[in-house]
Amino acid sequence: MSALLEVSGLCTQYVSARGTRVTRAVDDVSFTLEAGRTLGIVGESGSGKTTLALTLMRLLPPAARIAGGSVRFGGEELLTKPDGEMRAIRGKRLAMILQDPMASLNPLFTVGDQIAETLRAHEATPRRAAWTRARELLAAVNIAAPARRVGEYPHQLSGGMRQRVVGAIAISCGPQLLIADEPTTSLDVTIQAQYLKLLGDIQRARGLAMIFITHNLGIVARMCDQVAVMYAGRLVETGPVRSIFNEPAHPYTRALIESIPKFGDAAERLTAIEGQPPDPAALPPGCAFHPRCPYVIDRCRAEAPPESHLSPQHRTRCWVAAPAAVGAARG
Amino acid sequence: MTPLLEARGLTKHFTVGGGLLGRGGGVVRAVDDVTFSIEPGRTLGVVGESGCGKTTTAKLVLRLEKPTAGQILFANQDVAGLEGDGLRAYRKSVQAVFQDPFASLNPRMRVDSIIAEPLVTHERLDAPAVAARVSKLLDVVGLPARSRDLFPHEFSGGQRQRIAIARALALSPRLVVLDEPVSALDVSIRAQILNLLRDLQRELGLAYLFIAHDLAAVAHMSHVIAVMYLGRIVEIGEALRVATAPQHPYTQALFAAALPAHPDERRDETVLMGEVPSPLNPPAGCRFNPRCPKVMPVCSQEEPKLKLAEGRQVACHLF
Repeated sequence: MSALLEVSGLCTQYVSARGTRVTRAVDDVSFTLEAGRTLGIVGESGSGKTTLALTLMRLLPPAARIAGGSVRFGGEELLTKPDGEMRAIRGKRLAMILQDPMASLNPLFTVGDQIAETLRAHEATPRRAAWTRARELLAAVNIAAPARRVGEYPHQLSGGMRQRVVGAIAISCGPQLLIADEPTTSLDVTIQAQYLKLLGDIQRARGLAMIFITHNLGIVARMCDQVAVMYAGRLVETGPVRSIFNEPAHPYTRALIESIPKFGDAAERLTAIEGQPPDPAALPPGCAFHPRCPYVIDRCRAEAPPESHLSPQHRTRCWVAAPAAVGAARG
Repeated sequence: MTPLLEARGLTKHFTVGGGLLGRGGGVVRAVDDVTFSIEPGRTLGVVGESGCGKTTTAKLVLRLEKPTAGQILFANQDVAGLEGDGLRAYRKSVQAVFQDPFASLNPRMRVDSIIAEPLVTHERLDAPAVAARVSKLLDVVGLPARSRDLFPHEFSGGQRQRIAIARALALSPRLVVLDEPVSALDVSIRAQILNLLRDLQRELGLAYLFIAHDLAAVAHMSHVIAVMYLGRIVEIGEALRVATAPQHPYTQALFAAALPAHPDERRDETVLMGEVPSPLNPPAGCRFNPRCPKVMPVCSQEEPKLKLAEGRQVACHLF
């Protein structure tokens, strides 16, 4: 089966106004995602996960440039598409949900207008039919009394409902891939659970693929089939969700999993990762994680580790965890 | 053990809206008849969703708000009656660390002035004594000595939170109010700060009022957990019991909604319907009844009182 999304060697850089400083926000990123599956991209602030999402959508700010690589979506290269064609794909086959629903909805238009706008733009649906469809979509995202809500403005809705409206817009044209960037960070715990369940139900019903961008490993454990762990612009480990949680290979992944407090675990201390995440504009040489890594060897300081396979699906970038390095160390 | 701080029937109502003379406005019952105690060297964790009254509770304890009814006793003294020296002594004994270390530190002050400020306002110390205390505090929170000459913007989020903790400890308080102390920090940094807070508690015998929405973090840090819903405590008891065997239907739903730590961890998937109602006009009877999966006719008529069940206090008609 060919993949829905194939990303290879993707590099995105931010260039300072005078062109003298280059920040590698996304550096040599490769992964594939099959139709109907869910990938979680995990990383801290500044790791480049949002830039990666914006690169896939081709929604980068002017200071950013795509420096290389390819993004194939349904067999077509997205990076070389003319803007007009890209606009026809975005919002139709490729949709996105952002963190803050108040920022992604226009406060001056009713919810119905905003859902109908997408339908009218992509499918030339007549106005009346688009509004009928908007009501159906609101019902599909479990909003009570959709006939009344469709005529309301975003400020009249609660945070959870606003994010449902954003979800309704995202699925309005039947996308194949939905990218959700921290979709539940601004929501309360029980509302977050409702929203995650809704996204799971929609995914199963419509067979859409999803990319979850998050700093929360709990969301990954709850929602995803595959995981990509991002650190300083690179994917340091990718693999099926169970392999990542059961046999994390990269020291960063392992530390992230161990640093989460667990219920009923009365252990005195949590396993902490020492130091700070690096400044993306001034990355350390070699492996970017080496100043914080408890297993650091000389090679980590000098040379960035290439990707090595632990199993056909499970890959990591680490000199110490790579099977070859283990062999060499023993030999 | 005698409690360090005791809240008895603590209540805070805010009047909102309304025209001239306050007619036609409503009353938000932010905190309604809340009773708890914190023992020296122990942590009370407060969990709940937005609007449940946890931050108002913190403000009442810090005496940033005056209670509408009820009282707070600190070392057996009524806090509301304190003034002058008594109030100054209370402010020294109770300190706070807030969520956002980008907002809680003055960007125009150097770290040493930030940490020294409480010492300058509360204690008569000469400059060398202040400098010595600042060095000691930087060391205690794990910051290098050279940080003292830097400004807050030169630090990462985790380091800034360490500065805020050093400032809170400057006056050797007995109780520290921690309002979402790690929510604004990167995941890899949270464990560092939680570990630091626990070490400090052990070494200095501090009591904590720990407020957070991250249930696992609260369960990890607390000796006692209080679960709040719309201004009321619905369940309060020993942390391990409440976290591993919650009794109130809301606590059960809240902990069921918490995210798993492993993909194979299957929790019972009771997803609560609806949202938290407005505290302006909370539902009659039990405030949770419109969302409760185990609702009975009595729940919309009579408000349940906290009573002992399964080794903790629960406010629910099921018990």
